[in-house]
Amino acid sequence: MKKTPVFKTIDGCEAAAYVAYRLNESMAIYPITPSSPIAEWCDQWASEGKKNLWHTTPAIIEMQSEGGAVGAVHGMLQTGSLATTFTASQGLLLMIPNMFKIAGELLPTVFHVTARTVATHALSIFGDHGDIMAARSTGWGMLGAASVQETMDFALISQAAALRTRLPFIHFFDGFRTSHEVSKIEMLDESVLRALIDDKLIAEFRSRGMTPDRPVLRGTAQNPDVFFQGREAANPVYSSCPGVVQKVMDEFAELTGRQYNLFEYFGAPDAETVVVLMGSGCEAVHETVEHLNRHGENIGVVKVRLYRPFDGRRFVEALPPFVRKVIVLDRTKEPGATGEPLYQDCVTAILEEVAAGSSNLKAIPTVLTGRYGLSSKEFTPAMVKAVFDNAKSALPKNHFTVGINDDVSHSSLPVDENFSTEPANVVRALFYGLGADGTVGANKNSIKIIGEETDNYAQGYFVYDSKKSGSMTVSHLRFGPKPIRSSYLITSANFVACHLPGFLDRYEMLRSLVPGGTFLLNTPHSQAEIWARLPSPVQVELLAKKAKFFVIDATKVARESGMGGRINTIMQVCFFALSGVLPKDEAVAAIKNSIKKTYGKKGEEVVKMNLQAVDNTLAHLHEVLVANNKLNGTGPLLPPISPDAPPFVRDILGKIASGFGDELPVSAFPTDGTFPTATTQFEKRNLALDIPVWDEKTCIQCLKCVAICPHATIRAKVYDAACLKDAPAAFKRTDSRVPEFKGLKFSLQVAAEDCTGCALCVDVCPAKNKSEAKLKAINMQPQAPLRAAEHDNWNFFLTLPEFDRRKIKNTALRQQQILQPLFEFSGACAGCGETPYVKMLSQLFGDRAVIANATGCSSIYGGNLPTTPYATNKCGRGPTWCNSLFEDNAEFGLGFRVSIDKQNELAKELLKKLSPELGDDFTMQILLADQSDEAGIYSQRERVATLKEKLKTLDSSDAQLLKSLADQLVKKSVWILGGDGWAYDIGYGGLDHVLASGRKVNVLVMDTEVYSNTGGQMSKATPRGAIAKFAAGGKPAGKKDLGLIAMSYGNIYVASVAMGAKDEHTLKAFIEAESFPGPSLIIAYSHCIAHGIALDTGIGARQQKLAVESGQWLLYRYDPRRAERGENPLQLDSSAAKYKVKDFMLTENRFKMLTKSKPDDAKKFFEQSQSDAERRWKFYQFLSARDTKPASVPSPTTAAAPSA
Amino acid sequence: MDLTTNYLGLKLRSPLVVGASPLSENIDNLKRMEDAGASAIVLHSLFEEQLRQERLELHRNLEQGTESYAEALSYFPEAGEYRLGPEEYLRHIGRAKKTLAVPVIASLNGSSAGGWTEYAKQIQQAGADALELNIYHIPTDPDQSGADLEENYLNILRSVRTEVKIPVAVKLSPFFTNFANVAKRFDAAGANGLVLFNRFYQPDIDLEDLEVKPNILLSTPMAMRLPLRWIAILYGRLQGSLAATSGIHRAGDVLKMLMAGADVTMLCSAVIRHGFPQIALIESDLVQWLEEHDYESVKQIKGSLSQKNCAEPTAFERAQYMKALSTYHL
Repeated sequence: MKKTPVFKTIDGCEAAAYVAYRLNESMAIYPITPSSPIAEWCDQWASEGKKNLWHTTPAIIEMQSEGGAVGAVHGMLQTGSLATTFTASQGLLLMIPNMFKIAGELLPTVFHVTARTVATHALSIFGDHGDIMAARSTGWGMLGAASVQETMDFALISQAAALRTRLPFIHFFDGFRTSHEVSKIEMLDESVLRALIDDKLIAEFRSRGMTPDRPVLRGTAQNPDVFFQGREAANPVYSSCPGVVQKVMDEFAELTGRQYNLFEYFGAPDAETVVVLMGSGCEAVHETVEHLNRHGENIGVVKVRLYRPFDGRRFVEALPPFVRKVIVLDRTKEPGATGEPLYQDCVTAILEEVAAGSSNLKAIPTVLTGRYGLSSKEFTPAMVKAVFDNAKSALPKNHFTVGINDDVSHSSLPVDENFSTEPANVVRALFYGLGADGTVGANKNSIKIIGEETDNYAQGYFVYDSKKSGSMTVSHLRFGPKPIRSSYLITSANFVACHLPGFLDRYEMLRSLVPGGTFLLNTPHSQAEIWARLPSPVQVELLAKKAKFFVIDATKVARESGMGGRINTIMQVCFFALSGVLPKDEAVAAIKNSIKKTYGKKGEEVVKMNLQAVDNTLAHLHEVLVANNKLNGTGPLLPPISPDAPPFVRDILGKIASGFGDELPVSAFPTDGTFPTATTQFEKRNLALDIPVWDEKTCIQCLKCVAICPHATIRAKVYDAACLKDAPAAFKRTDSRVPEFKGLKFSLQVAAEDCTGCALCVDVCPAKNKSEAKLKAINMQPQAPLRAAEHDNWNFFLTLPEFDRRKIKNTALRQQQILQPLFEFSGACAGCGETPYVKMLSQLFGDRAVIANATGCSSIYGGNLPTTPYATNKCGRGPTWCNSLFEDNAEFGLGFRVSIDKQNELAKELLKKLSPELGDDFTMQILLADQSDEAGIYSQRERVATLKEKLKTLDSSDAQLLKSLADQLVKKSVWILGGDGWAYDIGYGGLDHVLASGRKVNVLVMDTEVYSNTGGQMSKATPRGAIAKFAAGGKPAGKKDLGLIAMSYGNIYVASVAMGAKDEHTLKAFIEAESFPGPSLIIAYSHCIAHGIALDTGIGARQQKLAVESGQWLLYRYDPRRAERGENPLQLDSSAAKYKVKDFMLTENRFKMLTKSKPDDAKKFFEQSQSDAERRWKFYQFLSARDTKPASVPSPTTAAAPSA
Repeated sequence: MDLTTNYLGLKLRSPLVVGASPLSENIDNLKRMEDAGASAIVLHSLFEEQLRQERLELHRNLEQGTESYAEALSYFPEAGEYRLGPEEYLRHIGRAKKTLAVPVIASLNGSSAGGWTEYAKQIQQAGADALELNIYHIPTDPDQSGADLEENYLNILRSVRTEVKIPVAVKLSPFFTNFANVAKRFDAAGANGLVLFNRFYQPDIDLEDLEVKPNILLSTPMAMRLPLRWIAILYGRLQGSLAATSGIHRAGDVLKMLMAGADVTMLCSAVIRHGFPQIALIESDLVQWLEEHDYESVKQIKGSLSQKNCAEPTAFERAQYMKALSTYHL
């Protein structure tokens, strides 16, 4: 008998994890967006000792890559474990080789895949079927879910089918749209799982497992005589598979009442036009078909559930008999193919069935196809209607696109944006919040309350910014009496809330408000004052829509309730009060209950302050009567990009920055993913509430603030006094205190509109005011009153000439930091610990740097649209940057080196050949140029410029060829950048090979000791005892010593640095590394938000210092050149520990948390970490103190390297 | 030699008690204290304010940066439960009780009425033989009167007293207008003993960093003069016990405090500075002195030079101060 259904409000990842955890006993995992939360759930449950269906806690192991994970799963399966993994996109691609094996060996398993775009011209973390389609030839079953409910259901169905058929299955659902949509679903009772999973089949599976008790041999090598036959031997498994899956679906229906079919038809029984698709888009089509049929259409949709093995007969049977037009929609692109994969399958199936005479169809239908929804591009009912309308037209487009404006190939369909199927009984709410202000969390909570405290169905979907600091989140909430199929964003909302007043000046958020809708604004202005302070377009919308308008000073209520800046609970109370979804008292009670549930384990203070906030809210919520007001606004919205920006930046990137990138046509984009650099300078984000203000009288001009600034918003210049002629009155200046710059002026200037207000600069400032010691040479002050003056000061500062690089002593920080940074205003977290290193690199070598960047934080803040931080100098030179993949970055960078060296070699060969025409002396000067310092490089650039002039006068093909290569005669600096996840784990094999190659590449590992970009998963750089995702109980193993491994080669420059601890040491290491004629590796300690430190209080550098002074992090440089001189190559640059490691560990939540969850383990880890540090210190001290004799050091370059 | 004494109703084998210090955070240290002759041990303080601060910090750190960026919606795994209350401290009491034969006195430093009483109850449940309330507060509000402040202190004691049955001692600072009155009121409010005095850690200035920094200085024998005076004055006037703390480094210091009227003397800096054997050394010196001077017991000497029993009671009052100055010559 079916039990009373239990409904919960969860997202797709949790739904998949719920089943996967219960039905497996071994898991090998690796983080990749958007699948990481599935693994995180499983790891968390395992750490809590939660049991699976067989009352045991699954074994979970994190691997070094998806390739590693699938290898481990293969081994688990071969030895008889129910095993699984979770992945997406590039991760699935890395699994493909093993997946062929797993299928070939008929090993039943289910991989849960959050379908995601595969990187091509750009990376995208969002959803489409590119990865699924890339894996379609592996021989796996593929079952696609279209909603959160189906995700839970199909996780079970695919597992049951895998055991029955012996085939491995990919269970996929759309990345983000389904994986991260929060929805009210009916939970599967464990009895249903029990009923569908047959223990007898598991016993049979185990009996096939490898054991020396019943030895077998698998993985043979076969020859032309037999391989083919063997490949065909498993055909019956595939041919019977669809029938088995359908049977499981039928049994599932018996148990749950939810009937699924391999190809599920919905629509008019006699429909003549039918759309075929799979994934979350099915829901939008279903909703549209229902709506249009109600309005007289005669259409339908076939939802493809089982994509592989593709059962052509069942597919054709699912089509209504009178169908005349079939439109197959693919959420992927296969350039050069005759059509996308699902289309090809459908066409083949229809033709084969009709040809075989087994079809129920009355005629062969016309089959059209189109692409939609790449990288989570919206797929709305309006677009669905456009697809049907196209089919109806006399000359329908085929191989069309929908959802974009393709003005290049003219493939796109016109869409009536006003068409909507949103039912009147569904409440739709939009919330614009500041990232990390708690808005999203509160909305998830509201959905849970609505979903679980009322009969309503509820859905939440959240759109995040690509920037990590000061980002905007948009929460889309729907609730109503029926299950919600709207798998698209809200464009007509009954309720719009703006949680950060500043957003109102920049985003057109009221465009989507319905007439008569409600707008809620958090603002410091009173009910009486606010109207006149609204931007004019906002007033226009409010008046035109006769909107209800409410205000609350939530920031003040939060502060008074002890909540600091978190306004989430307050805005949540307002939403419930205004939406009326529950009676006010019930809503308040439900919110309070939920607060107790959510925060209870974090202590009574947290609960109390939230409860206090609930009680304080409603008295501060006020209505502003719109009708009583007239248009008197503050003017137009602020432009997202400076109007002075180049046209491409202003018109294209500006559109993206303002949130309307969807409106850009295909022609706006480059065909190969190439974008200009130096574009962040045009996006004035005005994020900081407080900015640093310089006190020139107290300043000692050490420039530590400039060095540590993660966003390059504090700059220094030294210049001639004459340059001040047109300086604004408020522009600060003083005499330079650097002896070499005697007689020159010095200014420190803050880019007030680019600063994130992280306060790192203030924290590192060593100078204190003589009369008031709390003041330093820079102090934080409110930005708003300073903005206008500082805007002018900054612009003037930019006009001051850059100092001649040849006259700067680069090893002295106070001189080096006046070099122009060619990395500025990135989207990294406020207070980021990585970016100061990238900035320093850009100052020193940026004008000749070629950067290969591993996927991760540095590729996101380095290369995420709309604007990018790598910049150029006045000559137009600057770092050139590319991200290939996560796993291949070292090899990618080595490729740069080999290529550049070859071109350099070729240029030199040509130069020699053309020497008679160019002049022997001149060519010799170029060939023998010393480019070891700035002066040498400057001179070489001048020679190359002359060379190019001379070449203009020569017609020979050699001369033309040399012209294209001439710039390669100036030294290029190849940098390979990435985080510890790349260097220690997924990219380690390649990194090792590249370092061992002896080629002149510089590797910068920004070691945050965790996978920061995907939310803090453990890497092999994670120190012992640190809590991380996948190491919820603290990492038991010690940190891998990457530097030591690299040093063992003997011919690699290796440095371990921490800028916050010793900035000039870092500087020295960069200069030495780059000058070393072989490979170099800099391992840079990077404090991170994932360390659980109060990053927003500017303590990052202090933490670095503590890490070094406690012995947790060593500073050293290993320079093989020293060995050549008979000196010990290793210099240990940090002193003996001043504190215990525990003193450092207790200042970071990643360690301290364990004292609160597992105190005994924490104690043990603290002791072990102390031993680790002492052992490491002694060992390095021994190595650095060794008496070394002149040694024959392996040559830093290999035979493959060019000789010059 | 009969060294036994009674403190807070607990019969102790000697007046040598180890006062609250970080040394007692380690169970092995507790055993070594006992082995060296400690007759009771006051555990390190449980700081309610610190726990509250830690809870807020944990919350803040767990929430920081969350739900902001699509790839990293959080940065830490969610633990099933956090031990954010005094669990560790309570476990420590339990372990100390299992390890030691001598009484274990817990020490509680609180800041809110709720925290004091709730934690006091838990400390009792954990098995502590007694509780020392460490009222550590620097009043800086110019609008708060001394009377208010004293009443607040008394209320803390009253609320704890009603919640627990184990003896409660109060450790106070000397900075009251009329300490004798305050002592009497605490005594009347149910304190089983007073611990004199709480040593405030005084801030220092770092000349290099130009920062005010806490600088913990261990006590010197000079520090004992203040408690010596007040114990001598209070002896015989209160129902509860008197414990002397601050500056007790040698057997001579112990003897003086006992003569002034202390029931026990608390050793802290002496043990930190000289190690656990210092307790045994003090005890043997104490016994030697008592024997050499023909005393039979600690009880006999207790209060023998208190204000009540000494030959010149005014020696403990202001007049003596004036006389001391007048006899001081350069």
